[in-house]
Amino acid sequence: MSQETPILELQHVDKNFGPIEVLNDICLKMHAGEVLCLLGDNGAGKSTLIKLLAGVYVPTRGKVLMDGKQVHFERPRDAQEAGISTVHQFGGTFPLMSIGRSFFVGVEPTKGWGIFKRFDRRTANVIAVKAVQDFGITRIDDGDRLVGGLSGGERQSLAIARAVHFGARVLILDEPTAALGVKQASHVLRIVNEARKRGLAVIFITHQVMHPLAVGDRFAVLIRGRLAADFLKGEKSREEITDLMAGGEDMAELEAEISGNGENLHSSAHVRAPQTE
Amino acid sequence: MNGFSFGHFIRRPEFGSLLSLVAVIAFYVIFGHVNLERLFGAASWVNFAANLGIVALPVGLLMIAGELDISIGAMIPAGSMSIAILSGYYDLPIAVGIIGALGFGVLVGLVNGFLAVRTTVPSLIITLGTLVAVQGIVLAGSVLLTGAASVPLDAPVWAKTIFGQLFHGNYQVIIIWWIGLTAVFAFVLHATHYGNWIFAMGGDEESARNAGIPTNRLKITLFVLSSTSASFVGMCGAILFNSAQVSGGMNYIFNTIVSIVVGGVLLTGGFGSIIGIFFGALTFAIVNQGIYFTDIDRNWSNLIIGVMLLSAVLLNNTFRLIALSFVPKKRK
Repeated sequence: MSQETPILELQHVDKNFGPIEVLNDICLKMHAGEVLCLLGDNGAGKSTLIKLLAGVYVPTRGKVLMDGKQVHFERPRDAQEAGISTVHQFGGTFPLMSIGRSFFVGVEPTKGWGIFKRFDRRTANVIAVKAVQDFGITRIDDGDRLVGGLSGGERQSLAIARAVHFGARVLILDEPTAALGVKQASHVLRIVNEARKRGLAVIFITHQVMHPLAVGDRFAVLIRGRLAADFLKGEKSREEITDLMAGGEDMAELEAEISGNGENLHSSAHVRAPQTE
Repeated sequence: MNGFSFGHFIRRPEFGSLLSLVAVIAFYVIFGHVNLERLFGAASWVNFAANLGIVALPVGLLMIAGELDISIGAMIPAGSMSIAILSGYYDLPIAVGIIGALGFGVLVGLVNGFLAVRTTVPSLIITLGTLVAVQGIVLAGSVLLTGAASVPLDAPVWAKTIFGQLFHGNYQVIIIWWIGLTAVFAFVLHATHYGNWIFAMGGDEESARNAGIPTNRLKITLFVLSSTSASFVGMCGAILFNSAQVSGGMNYIFNTIVSIVVGGVLLTGGFGSIIGIFFGALTFAIVNQGIYFTDIDRNWSNLIIGVMLLSAVLLNNTFRLIALSFVPKKRK
């Protein structure tokens, strides 16, 4: 898989905000049909990295390549036109708009001419509902329903279906499962799997470990703006990854400290893997 | 999609405003012994609603888009003074006065819009600033130019016919403008893609911008629309009454906001309808002017408006929740 040209590649990318170095010498490759999990603690630079890819920030140094050719994204629009689509934690959708309307925000289908050109609600609803159902969310069958009435997982799914429908080749998912319950999270993971099957490169950003382990092909761990590790599925265990994310030895030390205390055994399990319930 | 049904109707943003309208009329009938024939035959509240409604439409769009414009309070006297000074005091053709009044509206709208786009200051504060500033310009300007705070205007017949005359007794021609503009605004908001942009911007501006919507341009356009509409209402008033004063207009700020909120627009943006704003203005006008047709002392009208505002907001919140949690039944 890694022999072919990656869809998206970062070469020695730095990002500074004034004197503050947020990202330092990042090299990453993203391939079609592959899920890259970007792990890191809060403040490790995950968000900055996403924003670089999404065209919100411009790298201070280094190159961004798409299909082997260097690209410059000045605005989010540029990245979108190149096929990079970002889905945020809450889906980036509009709670008080209908499914059909929010699906087509910015690219509304119209009918009629001149000043009587109007939004084609029927077409919008039909296409939106079909796109979501193709991803296996059959519960959504009325495009007039308001987005805010959907569950968190359904909203994520709607946003992902939207990105895919509008020709995304690289899908950036920013903490897609963070605010979701167990069942809904597995919903989203299934959709991530479906997107991979369709040949998208998926970047899955999270600070949890369980969810990415279920779908990830490749893992990258960010620590304080540096790429601390880059490995394939199965090369490291969950414990090793957790330790890496927490900054290496810190986690083990903390655990020893807590279990030395005896009565706090219960909370130690909680610190270790809060997402295992 | 399934034609008209009550369930569908209840989930529309304007449902609360219709209910308020019915409730207010019922209240007047039961407690005020209102003479419905006289009330519905009277022009006063229709005129009031039309003047208020024309300002409420674009301000409502702004509120759906997540912004607010209170500078309209100064733009109404600004519009009437502009035309009265240009065409009344300086005797320029009325067309120049009209262009001057509307142009001043466009200018203030551009200032509001650019400030809202370029800074992170909330639009309430920005337009509070321009509200006071425009008041200053209008007062100082008219005293400087004409030496008075009130200027007479004698508009030619054609201008009076279009902008300021009475028909059928006491109905102002601006009522026709109100109905026409309501139709245009309803078409734009609910049937075109621009309407979708406005809803999206009010729902989540960041996402809307990321989806490729020119949010800055849209915002500036909406600010221009609202201050120009206010200026238009002032201008029509000056043509109708043959004179203009520097004062007045401040009541419009609260009246429009009440009408819009009663009309089912969410204060934080992203939800609302033009029909709702239309009925909001109508309801407000009936409370405010209809009280003269009842046995109730008119000093109570503000109390009624306050209670109506609060209950309309509560109702609207409830209906919005119903709309959100609505799940269609599985079709056979």
